Amino acid sequence: MSSPEAPGEARGHAEPPPETVNQRVAEWNEAELGVEGTLLGVVTAPAPVLSAEGSRVDPTAPEVVQLAADLVATMRVSPGCVGLAAPQVGESVKVFCVDVSEHPKTRDHHGTFVLCNAEVIESSRNEKAREGCMSVPDLTGDVKRATRLVVRGQLPGTGETVTLRANAFEARALQHEIDHCDGFLFLDRAAGAHAIHARKTYL
Amino acid sequence: MTLHAITVLGHDRPGIIAEATGILSSLGLNLEDSSMTLLRGHFAMTLISAGDAASAEIEAALVSLTEGGDLSASVRELTREEATPSQGRSWVLSVHGGDRPGIVSSVVGRVAAVGGNVTDLTTRLAGDLYVLVAELDLPVEVDVDTLRDDLREVAAELGVGVSLHEVEADEL
Repeated sequence: MSSPEAPGEARGHAEPPPETVNQRVAEWNEAELGVEGTLLGVVTAPAPVLSAEGSRVDPTAPEVVQLAADLVATMRVSPGCVGLAAPQVGESVKVFCVDVSEHPKTRDHHGTFVLCNAEVIESSRNEKAREGCMSVPDLTGDVKRATRLVVRGQLPGTGETVTLRANAFEARALQHEIDHCDGFLFLDRAAGAHAIHARKTYL
Repeated sequence: MTLHAITVLGHDRPGIIAEATGILSSLGLNLEDSSMTLLRGHFAMTLISAGDAASAEIEAALVSLTEGGDLSASVRELTREEATPSQGRSWVLSVHGGDRPGIVSSVVGRVAAVGGNVTDLTTRLAGDLYVLVAELDLPVEVDVDTLRDDLREVAAELGVGVSLHEVEADEL
């Protein structure tokens, strides 16, 4: 049960995750950042930044707020893009944005949001699916991911700690982006030696 | 810079890949795509290499691998082809049932008849159970429901089950 007027920043780990969608995160959008996002170039593997663990950030720092706005702006102009992590724009830090609201495989979702220093708290019910990534444009891979997930991170700007429960496609997207922030690509999660495929269709 | 298709087949043991790729590396060859698996316990590797060594030179170098008599290797020069990405969609075809002659040829014959291309295929025989899993590129104009009916018809004649489902990569 979320309580927007009493964010859990000070209590941190004490606040249990909401049973359904976290209203605070669902209501968040990039207008809260108060800065215009700039479009950034997306780097592709084998860029070393994609394989380095990102540093933790101060979510209230002006450069982090700007990066959050830039990530959302860049995600918005990339066709079919449902998430973008800072290492994909060359910044080795733990910040990513997600928006799966338009995707057919989405069940519940939190709309557009950005998380800093996010980590997976609980995960269960793995399912295998094929993923593509803007940073690995010529390959796809079969990856097992949890379909039930609890993630904790901080919102950029206010820095408040939020815990959210995600399922289905939003859970997959969150794990993919958190992996980017930790220096992992879907290639690191391949389900087997024959699980990486040459991409067959170009949009 | 030329491309070569190199195959190594034979009795499996630890170290074949290390030895074979060490030989290719010493000739300055770069491995591009490769695939290796065990087929009924036999080692089977196919790879594409790029480099300046001539076919005869590669064959001669691989003799140390094959002179024991339990492995064979082949080297063939290839012309470089630009990969032409298909505009089609990817599907996975699964067939399983009692083993009998002609399952693969009958089933993939129906796929070829509509212009579908098999891009990956594995078959396994385990006791009496025969399993085929293939990845297909189907041109966008193919009516998948009609193809599925076709496949069910041929599967019924063979006494096996068939399923066909799309594999779409989710962009993240």
